[in-house]
This record gives sequence, C-alpha cells and structure tokens, in this order.
Amino acid sequence: MNFESYNPENFYDEFFEKSGQPRAKVKKLIDRINSFPDKELGNRQKAAEAAFMQMGITFGVYGDQSGLEKIFPFDIIPRIIKAYDWDLIDRGVKQRVFALNKFIHDVYNDQKIIKDGVISKEIILSSLAYRKECQGLNPPKGIWCHISGIDLIRDEKGQFYVLEDNLRCPSGVSYVLGNRRVMKQTLPAVFEALPIRPVDDYSNRLTDTLRNLIPESIIKPNIAILTPGIYNSAYFEHSFLAQQIGEELVEGRDLVVMDDFVYMRTTKGFEKLDAIYRRIDDDFLDPTVFNPDSLLGVPGLMKAYRAGNVALANAPGTGIADDKAIYSFVPEIIKYYTGEDSIIPNVPTFLCEDKKDRQHVIDNIASFVIKTTHGSGGYGMLIGPFSSKDQQQQMIENIKKDPRNYVGQPVIQLSRVPVIVKDHFEGRHIDLRPFVLYGKEIYVLPGGLTRVALEKGSLVVNSSQGGGSKDTWVLADDSN
Amino acid sequence: MLSRVANSIFWMSRYLERAVNAARLIETQLHMILDLPSLREDPNAWKPLVDITGDGDYFSEKVGAPTRKNVMFFHTFDSAYPHSIKSCLTSARENARSVREVIPSEIWEMINKLYLEVAGMETNLKAFKNPHKFYSDIKIASDLIVGIAYTAMSRGEAWHFSQLGRYLERADKTSRILDVKYFIILPRLDYVGSSMDNVLWSALLKSTSSFEMYRKRFNMISPQNIVDFLVFDREFPRSIIYCVNHAEQSLFRITGTPMGAFNNELERQFGKLSAKLNYAKVSEVMSIGLHEFLDDIQSDLNNIDNAIFENFFAIKQVTDSNHSGYHIQ
Repeated sequence: MNFESYNPENFYDEFFEKSGQPRAKVKKLIDRINSFPDKELGNRQKAAEAAFMQMGITFGVYGDQSGLEKIFPFDIIPRIIKAYDWDLIDRGVKQRVFALNKFIHDVYNDQKIIKDGVISKEIILSSLAYRKECQGLNPPKGIWCHISGIDLIRDEKGQFYVLEDNLRCPSGVSYVLGNRRVMKQTLPAVFEALPIRPVDDYSNRLTDTLRNLIPESIIKPNIAILTPGIYNSAYFEHSFLAQQIGEELVEGRDLVVMDDFVYMRTTKGFEKLDAIYRRIDDDFLDPTVFNPDSLLGVPGLMKAYRAGNVALANAPGTGIADDKAIYSFVPEIIKYYTGEDSIIPNVPTFLCEDKKDRQHVIDNIASFVIKTTHGSGGYGMLIGPFSSKDQQQQMIENIKKDPRNYVGQPVIQLSRVPVIVKDHFEGRHIDLRPFVLYGKEIYVLPGGLTRVALEKGSLVVNSSQGGGSKDTWVLADDSN
Repeated sequence: MLSRVANSIFWMSRYLERAVNAARLIETQLHMILDLPSLREDPNAWKPLVDITGDGDYFSEKVGAPTRKNVMFFHTFDSAYPHSIKSCLTSARENARSVREVIPSEIWEMINKLYLEVAGMETNLKAFKNPHKFYSDIKIASDLIVGIAYTAMSRGEAWHFSQLGRYLERADKTSRILDVKYFIILPRLDYVGSSMDNVLWSALLKSTSSFEMYRKRFNMISPQNIVDFLVFDREFPRSIIYCVNHAEQSLFRITGTPMGAFNNELERQFGKLSAKLNYAKVSEVMSIGLHEFLDDIQSDLNNIDNAIFENFFAIKQVTDSNHSGYHIQ
C-alpha cells in the first residue's frame, strides 16, 4: 500500500499539495509508509485494532446479549500539525477560553456585558443552557470552565476556524492518550522519524487543575471523578482518567451530603470529598435543584457547593457559553473582555432568531448546515447539500416554529487526510478538538482529538454518527 | 476505599476463581475418562459434575440428560446458568470494568482478553474441538492474572479485598468438591485397592490441583490422608484451612483489628471458623462424619459472606439534620 495513486481532489488535503506532491512536513512520514512491504500497513492496522479491543476501549453495545463490542474506529495514519500552526491554535484557544470564562462569570454575576449592550438579555435568558440557579455563584478563583474542548476545522484554503466550543463535559481526551499509546507500539519507526510533542503530561496537568480548586489549608484533599456509571458511553474515559490521576471514581450513589458537606461511603465509614470532576450534566447533578427525576446525581450537592465546601469542575451553568446562538457573539465577547481581536475566527453564523438572518437561511437551506443551538454530538443537524427536499422542508417548519433553537452556517468543505480503505488510501474530512485546562494558567494539550468522517464524502465527524479518530502529531519544530 | 469498589474487587476475584475452578473440574474429568474405559459408556459418567454444583434440579429441568456435551456446555457457555465459566467471566469482567481505576490496567486487560477469547470460542463450539487446550488455557490465563496482581498491586485494601474474595471462594469450592466426590468414589467397593481406585482418588486431587503436593506429603493415596490434606494442610494453598487463615488475615488487615480479637460480627464469625479448623484433627472429623463436618464449614462460610456484605458493602444509613425526610433505598 502506498500513496502513488492517492488523489487529494479539490479539497485542502493536509498531506498533499496536489497529487504526488506531499507537503514538506509530511514528506518523511510518507516516505516511511511508502517503504513498507506490501500488506505490512494492513497488518499493523489490525494489530492496533486488536490492542484497542484488549484494552477494552470499546463502546456502545455493552450489555448486549451477544457480547459484541465495537472499538471506536481508528486509522493508524496520523494527522500532522506543524509547529507554526500549533502556535496559532494554542494562542487562539487560550484567548477564547479566557474570554468565555469571563463571560460566564459576568452572566451569572454583574451582567456588565448586557448592560453595555454587547449582547441582549433575551438571547441569554432564553438559552436552554442558562441556569438561573447559578445566579450569584462565585466559584473558587473565578474559574468556571476548568476542562474544555474547542472544535476546530480548516476550510478548503487551510484556514482554521472554531466550529464549536464545548464547555460542559467534553469527552475524548482518553482517546488522545490511548491513540498515542497504541501508535507508539504500532508504528514506532514512523514515530521516530519526526519530532512529536508528547501528550503524557495531561494527567499531571489535570491533577494540578483540580488541586487548584481546593484551599491550600487542606493538606490531603480527596478528589473524585463523578460518573453516571459503567453503562455510560464515556465510562472508559471516566475510569481511565481516575486511574491516571490516582483519584476515586464515584457514582452518585457513593456520595451523600450531610450538613452541607459531601461524603463518600467507604468501607470505613464516611469520608469528606473536597473536589469533584463531574462527568454528568447540570440537569442530573442534584435532583433537589435541577431535574428532580435524576437518579445519577447527589441530593444536596448544590447547597454544599454554594457553601464552598466542595468544588465542582466544571462549575454548573457553563453551558451558556457553548450555546450555538451565543457562539455567534464570541468574537464580540473576546473583544469585550480582552480588547483583542479573535486569533481564530468563527464560522459565519446566522441566527434564526433574527428575522433577516432567518430568511437568508431558509432561502439558501440547500447550501447551509442547520444546527440546534443546544445540541451536540451531531444530533438534530441538517446538512443542506446532503439532504432531501422533504428534510429541508421539515427543517424550515422546525425553524419557523422555534427560531431561537436554530442557527445556520454555510457549508464548509473540511480539510482532508488520507485514511486506509481496504487496500489503498482515500481522502476523508476531519476536524480537531484540542483539550484545554484552566488552572493556575490556561494549558492546551499539544495534540487533541482528530475526528474523521469515515463515510466517503461525509462532513460529519461525530463518533455517534460513524466517525473515527486518528492520532494527532504536533511537531515540536518545523526545521526538519 | 469506596464500599461499592470494595464490593466489586471482592466479586471480581471471586468470580475469576469460580470460573477457573469450573475449568479445572472439567479438565480433570476429561483426563479421568480417558483412563477409565468403562466410564466412557456410562450414561452417568458426567453426572458428578452436575451434582457438585448443587444445581442438579436446574440442570435436569433446563438442560436434560447429563451427557458429556450437555455438561460441558452447561459449565462452560450456558449464559442462563450464573456459575458457568462464561457467566462468571462476564461478571468478573463487569466488576473489573467498574474498578478499572483501582486495579493495575494489565489485570483489567487480561480479564477482558480472557473473556473475549472464551466468548469467541463459543461460536460453533470451537472450544470443544480441543477441549484440553481450551480449559488449560483458561487456567493459565487465570494464573497470569493472579500473578500480575501479586507483583503489581500494593498491599492495600484493594489487594486484601481481592484476597478475601479469592480465598473464600476457594475454601467453598474445595469443601464442595471434597464433599461430593468423596461419597461418589467411596461406595465403589469393587475398585478398592485396585488401580481404578487410585485413578479416581488421583482425579479428585488433580481437580483441586493438589496431586503433586499431596504426593510430597503422603506417598500412599488413602481417603483419610486426602481429607487431611485438603482440609487441614497448613501449607497447601487450596486446603480449606489455608484459605480460611489467609482470608482471615486479609480481613484483619482491612479492619485493623488485632488477630484473635473481634470488634464485630464478621470478625467473630471468622474467629469461630478458624478455631474450628485450627483445633480439629482428621480422625475426629472422620468419626463424626465428613459430610456433617463439611456441611458445618459451608454454613459458616455462608454466614461469613452475609457478614461481609453487612459490614462493608451494604448502603450505610445517613443521619443528616438537613435531610430529615431523606431516605436511601
């Protein structure tokens, strides 16, 4: 298998400028792969898949009687990011998370940004992710979004854009670490050929980020990751992270609140908990405050949080900043809180709430992507060019019924990379989710999750919609 | 340690031990039958493997005749039977999955791999094409897992809960195998003193992996010596006394209570059983009756199981001034 017959077509291909002409930073990688004996690459791909299976990095059909399990599809051809590009991503993502954190704090406290007329009160209060219960909250050190993931894409010219912000419980970082581990054992020789920045530092950084939330006076704090349990599709990640940081993995039923302190039920009685990295949504966190039917959460947790007796990462209410209607204001938000222009631009976004924008979206629906403002995971999305007239009509009706809930964006032809398809390479569209930790400082893990739309021509990379992943190699320098 | 996590570790190692005991039992049977041509035609040759489980009624109702294939399937792949190898591995794996953050990753990976391999061998009953290899692979995989735990786990609570689960399961299985097999072998008077007799007793020892170690202590095979070895040998790691003593040590390491004292019902139950075993001798047991003695041990082990649950795993009641109406199910 080699790249001789690979055709990048009319897309921005991250490996090839045009057919037979690899980009400078990728040439070494391509030469190594081209030098493999026939079938070698296919065998390594199989070995990598077997490694994931044995590590139990599987999802979905757990509990299925047949015992069938699937791995999250993985392609062993890495995605490479130049040091120059990473520098831009690093600065851009830090700037964004800094400003969004300021924004969340402001929304739940003084609301200066509303008073100064930058963003309307209505658009904030009408968001499904706005939590009135968080009004007046003052989390430790003013940090709300400790752990976030910013989805980036590149267009047909290679320009980076922010597609989405994930400030609630973004998942995927365990795949970044797992993919890397598997790649090191699968293609060590290829790995050696390039100066690749390591990703192993993440768990230390995560520990620091969580420790930063706890008063120094507590010498031996207890920290835990709160999971919905083993049937959750991201359970692997929860247990993996708990193992990596060496802290407890708890479920709601392991915790209890007494006199506004949170305790774990242990074999030796109750033990106080100081910080929780919660991997369940706001709605399920505390049935006495949010969704009363939640069995996953901990009754009384919010009261303990308000009393300052336990820290939560992320703070409740952060979803307001990743609402897709609010997203369209992020450039103004950045300007307002930092005085700077956005380093990485937004994708142009039309709010269906706005009459003029709405008409524009409806008139051009066949060339637009329509998203719900609170959705994630690619659910409830319409991709104009790939939809039927009926689907478009249905979407127009949905928009008219509930305009606040929809935004439209012009379709962007995402950049592509080669993936292994049977016995040859084909180009597939990708995105990138760098992971960001906000502790004493803001840290961006040099790597991130590259998601691949495995179906030919598809622009949807979400794992719930048939997406896979690749290891992401950030180069330490571009001088090679 | 979280009660839920302790519970899962306890059951993870217990189910793994249970799975491998079933594998050992079948493997021994396969060997024994090769040595006893008369058994090959005997329609009840595989019945003892059903009797040992104590689930004979379930078997005759759901499975049918105790043919070789039926018994092997029942013990190996029957998903409806909670003590089949596959069911045990499913449970061991599910428990391991829920404590992945506590156990070394290699343990999780090996349990996961073992499960996937066994489940994969069910297709077209591939396992039964070369059953000796299949069952012996399960034993080796389990030894590997226990070995990884031995070299990679800190001797903290997690380790001691896994020891507790493993040794209690093993004590129970050894007592059960001895109880059932002893009485099946004993009445065959026509075999007494013959080579057939030796084959049967050896099989009993092999099914507990104790044949070679037994030989080092007693050179003659005799029923009383076998009972002595499997119940009272202080050095053999599958004897009942060894298992109970080691389970007890782990328990007292968990609670921090000095050995010989007790602070709760669980520790008292353990002390009682341990005294019973440590101060009895085989001739006494044989005169009161082996079956009665083993029955008594099994009922003590059951009481200990219940006390472990009550002491460590049951949900603790909460008294909270803010939540006077709040209850926990």
